[in-house]
Amino acid sequence: MELWFSEMHTSNVKLSVKVERQLCSVQSKYQRIDIFESPEFGRFLTLDGFMMLTEKDEFIYHEMITHVPMAVHLSAKNVLVIGAGDGGVMRELSKYKQIKKIDVAEIDSEVVRLCKEFLPKTAIDFDDPRVNIFYEDGLKFVRSRDNEYDIIIVDSTDPFGPGEGLFSKEFYGNCFKALKPDGILINQHESPFYEKDAQIVKRAHKRIVQSFEISRVYQAHIPTYPSGHWLFGFASKGIHPTKNLDAAAWNALQINTRYYNTNLHKGAFYLPCYVEELLSDVEN
Amino acid sequence: MNQNKTPICAALEELESNRIIPFDVPGHKRGKGSSNLREFLGKKCLSIDVNSMKPLDNLCHPVSVIKEAEELAAAAFGAAKAFIMVGGTTSAVQAMIFYAVKRGEKIILPRNVHRSVLNSLVLCGAIPVYIECKSSERLGIAMGSSLAAVERAIRENPDAKAVVVNNPTYYGICSDVAGIAKLAHEHGMILLADEAHGTHFYFSNTHESLPRAAISAGADMAAVSMHKSGGSLTQSSFLLCGENINSNYMRQIINLTQTTSASYLLMSSLDISRSNLALNGKKIFADVLSLTNYAREEINKMGGYYAFSDELIDNDTVFNFDKTKLAVNTLRIGLAGIEVYDILRDEYDIQIEFGDIGNILAYVSIGDNFKNIEMLISALAEVKRRFSRSEMDIMKQEYISPIVRTAPQEAFYSPHKSLPLAQSVGKICAEFVMCYPPGIPIIAPGEEITKDIVNYISYAKEKGCSLTGPEDMSIENINVLE
Repeated sequence: MELWFSEMHTSNVKLSVKVERQLCSVQSKYQRIDIFESPEFGRFLTLDGFMMLTEKDEFIYHEMITHVPMAVHLSAKNVLVIGAGDGGVMRELSKYKQIKKIDVAEIDSEVVRLCKEFLPKTAIDFDDPRVNIFYEDGLKFVRSRDNEYDIIIVDSTDPFGPGEGLFSKEFYGNCFKALKPDGILINQHESPFYEKDAQIVKRAHKRIVQSFEISRVYQAHIPTYPSGHWLFGFASKGIHPTKNLDAAAWNALQINTRYYNTNLHKGAFYLPCYVEELLSDVEN
Repeated sequence: MNQNKTPICAALEELESNRIIPFDVPGHKRGKGSSNLREFLGKKCLSIDVNSMKPLDNLCHPVSVIKEAEELAAAAFGAAKAFIMVGGTTSAVQAMIFYAVKRGEKIILPRNVHRSVLNSLVLCGAIPVYIECKSSERLGIAMGSSLAAVERAIRENPDAKAVVVNNPTYYGICSDVAGIAKLAHEHGMILLADEAHGTHFYFSNTHESLPRAAISAGADMAAVSMHKSGGSLTQSSFLLCGENINSNYMRQIINLTQTTSASYLLMSSLDISRSNLALNGKKIFADVLSLTNYAREEINKMGGYYAFSDELIDNDTVFNFDKTKLAVNTLRIGLAGIEVYDILRDEYDIQIEFGDIGNILAYVSIGDNFKNIEMLISALAEVKRRFSRSEMDIMKQEYISPIVRTAPQEAFYSPHKSLPLAQSVGKICAEFVMCYPPGIPIIAPGEEITKDIVNYISYAKEKGCSLTGPEDMSIENINVLE
């Protein structure tokens, strides 16, 4: 018997992962949640059939979405994470002693419950006393906050299901309002490679550019996401992602990482020509 | 009656499976003659775009499946008779007016009716008698018709044949339809209800949750826009009639202007939507109410905006309020409604129903969910944060009482000349000017042009309202009687 999970990356391309067994399948109020066990990638989580994380490559995503803003804003004390029900971002944030408060706005409590049960490698720090979980729509949560956070990390799903509002201009504007003057917004920014995904990159970038003084994009290589080439957005009211990088201070913290380092930090902001072009198209 | 049944759809399915060879119109022959059209609209859509024929009945003279669909609709809405209409609710409004009044006869109506009502008066030559109308100074919109004002109009015009009521207005304001029906009937007049924005009133979960539907309150006829809150295709509508209406004469009236090639796409959409409303309507509109109630609460918390609701009820000019309407007054953030409307579309990719001088209206329906509502609320918060101004230079007054000098038909067809707007004060207008939407005329044929009206038109133009009606499409000049 062979059991395979397949995800269509375009209507003509799919990624298939051989599955040993399915650990759970739940239809929540918002989405279908599945967790599988696989020989190659370990356990993996899918939402509405889209790959969210695998135990084998999640470190890339979670390190890049967390340490990049932290290394340019080492005094950050209040952090808001939107989405991130799998706990990976919290695990990385927990490594910083100076952080006093980690608010998490996750719309779907079922994701958290199932990740705690089946993905203990990522859902490890929900019990950190600094973590406060709000089971709320991220857009609504951020609307009611004003000048409160040093960093906001948007670990959203794709903009088709419940995550749609997290790619809207009103969301980015409300994040601007919720951030302090030296605050940073980080968002998962989809992939530039396939046409349909590239359109989302453009749309999101355009809206962030209109909302923040500084808006830059950086990249990482994530094998199980469409095309493997993934982008993140870095937006701020003035802090620059590489000029404000304090490499020595970050390295002095001696945080253990497997993907992120301060050289890679700088390199991640150097983008391929076609991606530069894609972004500059919407910057004016 | 079994509201699961959709007789028109069933007949179309049957026809499709019988593989009849079409040597009749339409000439695209189930889409085969126009591959581009088939690709664009879809195969199914073109396969049911067919002509009236024996198995499909004929809207001009229904004897089988259309008759049955109309009977099911009448039962679903609690009316004695329902007519399927394919010319928009405009055609239903026209039919009501043409049935009720002839040339030279009087009809009593509020001035804030849809243009289709006044257009009908141009066509049939009836004389409008306007019910005195109050407007809310805070909101700048017309309120409903008070019983006292209707009674005054009736007493002063005992020869009038009919009374018209909006149930509700575009903004959700309802008059006492039952009280007005009683008054009208006591004086031998019939009551016509424009329920373009009130389809859902027929599917109220409890007595209190939605205002009373016109037919159940005693109106003799009601034009209901199924394509608005009912979920059918654009341009499809029902005309509902009570016991007092001669439905065979009504059919003749409808056939005066109705197409003889009624679209089965529109008719089947009415069939399916009627079934859906009859079976699930109460749940659907209870859900819509929970969305709009939530949105109002959140919007009012922001300050500046005023999302109005049933606190407007004064049992006089506002008898009830339709809480499924999400209308928001924007004046106190220093922006005209039309400016907020434009910002929402241009900056936030949100298209709302309309913006006028002081308000916006977001249409919330059967197809919405909390995610979309949340995006609208957040966008409004952003509009306020980024664009709000002092409210100093905002024009307040919106509703202007008309001065009727000539009957609409006479004014429209009389010799007239074109004058620059600014020079037209004091003249009698020969045409309509309105913002669309909402499509309520600012001035109608036969009314005197006043300084207030010229100011209002200029202001609306400056703020970017979409003005329609006059022969001069740039609205620089206006036709006045010679």
